[in-house]
Amino acid sequence: MADKIIELKNVTYTYPLASRPALKDISLSLEEGKLYGIIGGNGSGKTTLCITICGFATKFEKGSLDGSVLIKGKDVEDYEEGEVSRMMGYVLQNPFSQISGVRETVLEEIAYGLENLGVAPEKMEERVINIAKKTDIEELLLKNPYELSGGQQQRVALASVLVLEPEILIIDEPTSQLDPEGTESIFKIIRTLKEEGKTVLLVEHKIDLLAEYADEIIVLENGCHIKSGPTHEVLIQRELEEHGIQLPQISVIFDELKKRGKDYGAIPVTCEEALKLLKNA
Amino acid sequence: MADILLDNVSFTYKNGYEAVSEVSLSIKQGEKVAILGQNGAGKTTTVKMINNLQRPTKGKVMVGDKNTKDYTTAQISKEVGYVFQNPDDQIFHATVMEEVAFGPRKALKLPEEEIKRRSERALELTGLAGQKDENPFELPLSIRKFVAIAAIIASDPDVYVFDEPTAGQDRAGLLTLNKIISELKEQGKTVITITHDIEFAIHTFERIIVMAKKKVIRDGTPEEIFHDDETLKKAMLKTPYAVRFARELELGETITTNEQLIEEIVRRG
Repeated sequence: MADKIIELKNVTYTYPLASRPALKDISLSLEEGKLYGIIGGNGSGKTTLCITICGFATKFEKGSLDGSVLIKGKDVEDYEEGEVSRMMGYVLQNPFSQISGVRETVLEEIAYGLENLGVAPEKMEERVINIAKKTDIEELLLKNPYELSGGQQQRVALASVLVLEPEILIIDEPTSQLDPEGTESIFKIIRTLKEEGKTVLLVEHKIDLLAEYADEIIVLENGCHIKSGPTHEVLIQRELEEHGIQLPQISVIFDELKKRGKDYGAIPVTCEEALKLLKNA
Repeated sequence: MADILLDNVSFTYKNGYEAVSEVSLSIKQGEKVAILGQNGAGKTTTVKMINNLQRPTKGKVMVGDKNTKDYTTAQISKEVGYVFQNPDDQIFHATVMEEVAFGPRKALKLPEEEIKRRSERALELTGLAGQKDENPFELPLSIRKFVAIAAIIASDPDVYVFDEPTAGQDRAGLLTLNKIISELKEQGKTVITITHDIEFAIHTFERIIVMAKKKVIRDGTPEEIFHDDETLKKAMLKTPYAVRFARELELGETITTNEQLIEEIVRRG
């Protein structure tokens, strides 16, 4: 049994001045080293869940929280200043908000977090260059972060968090501005993070890719946690469409075929699973 | 009526960077066209030239019988409405209703009754009727995109250009978008959409233009495009699942949509 790295116990969160809670009685238990896909319609509470887990919801947004959020068994509020941000990296939905605005090159921007951690300058450069290679932004290092396209900014935002080498990564819609190739490359980077043993929480609408990459799926609707479990198990449930959830095309195709009398024995969610079923038929 | 013609059009930025190189295109009134291609392929620059937000540095752009170089952006935008990729580049009013009424009121100077009729229809179609008094900047980005779309619908141009409307949309958003586009199509409007979403392009559009490296590399039906492996490779586009599965089952090269795949498998039993 893997360790529980993040636990939510009956978490209800309400933003200041809001009449209704944004998260309602959420209990979740996340294991170390897994990649979790968080899905749900817009306004279902995905981003709020992310900021609640990393403590921003109470610290910066100053909303009211009932229940508890435990990171490695300890309440997120009981950690010392800075401890949580060393453990957890958060890539914001809007890359523009992530960029500090106080540095003039991408290189300095990525190094900014390291300066704050007190990393020695010679180590710093090495880490920045390594991460730039990994995220494919080497040729952007000397540019101004504000001159970049939306897709390039998303990569820089990801790099500036990865360079800090946090154990837990919370990544909110990292590919919204990217083309299919760029999207796939971000997913590949995220997969390598998992291989390095990191725990990843990923908010993403591109369900066909989540089907391939995520270990587990957490489904939210109107601030409630309505379903979670292993990716395959969750993503073959057609009734989720009624909750505003887009299912992978592949599972929908095979479910339709089954309804029309062509049963392949299982409902796949990935291309590889589908091709295997078609070959064996 | 506003047929679009791009005649050997190029665009070079002041710093010397060429974003679009010698593109020729013609789009008839009433067509539904998707433009696909990688980031940086020149898609946004191309559509901005149709709307006169950018003027070609070479070649000419015709909207109906107007050569865009002889008109202001405000004049051309009455015929070609452009919905920005980032709605925040477009929105500037304090309520959704004011934002949507701006075009009919200030640019078109319509009577109050007509402004109201058009704005309400636009809000209805975009699913925003219940949010008309809200501040657009307090709405989520995905909803702000619909505010930007509603504002253009209220101005009722002949040609609509959508720049990546699917980015960040959930299932409900995609359904609304499809509803809007089919309604515009019924009214005989031209709809030109930049998208990275292959499935959306296949299901919603009858013509697809593929751009790569500043040029149009292929222009055809979804069937023609998605069975042309060389084009897909050049533009870094993925082969749709339906095409891949049809090949695996040796169902021939005519199947492009998931529905066609399902029908063919069921038909063969």
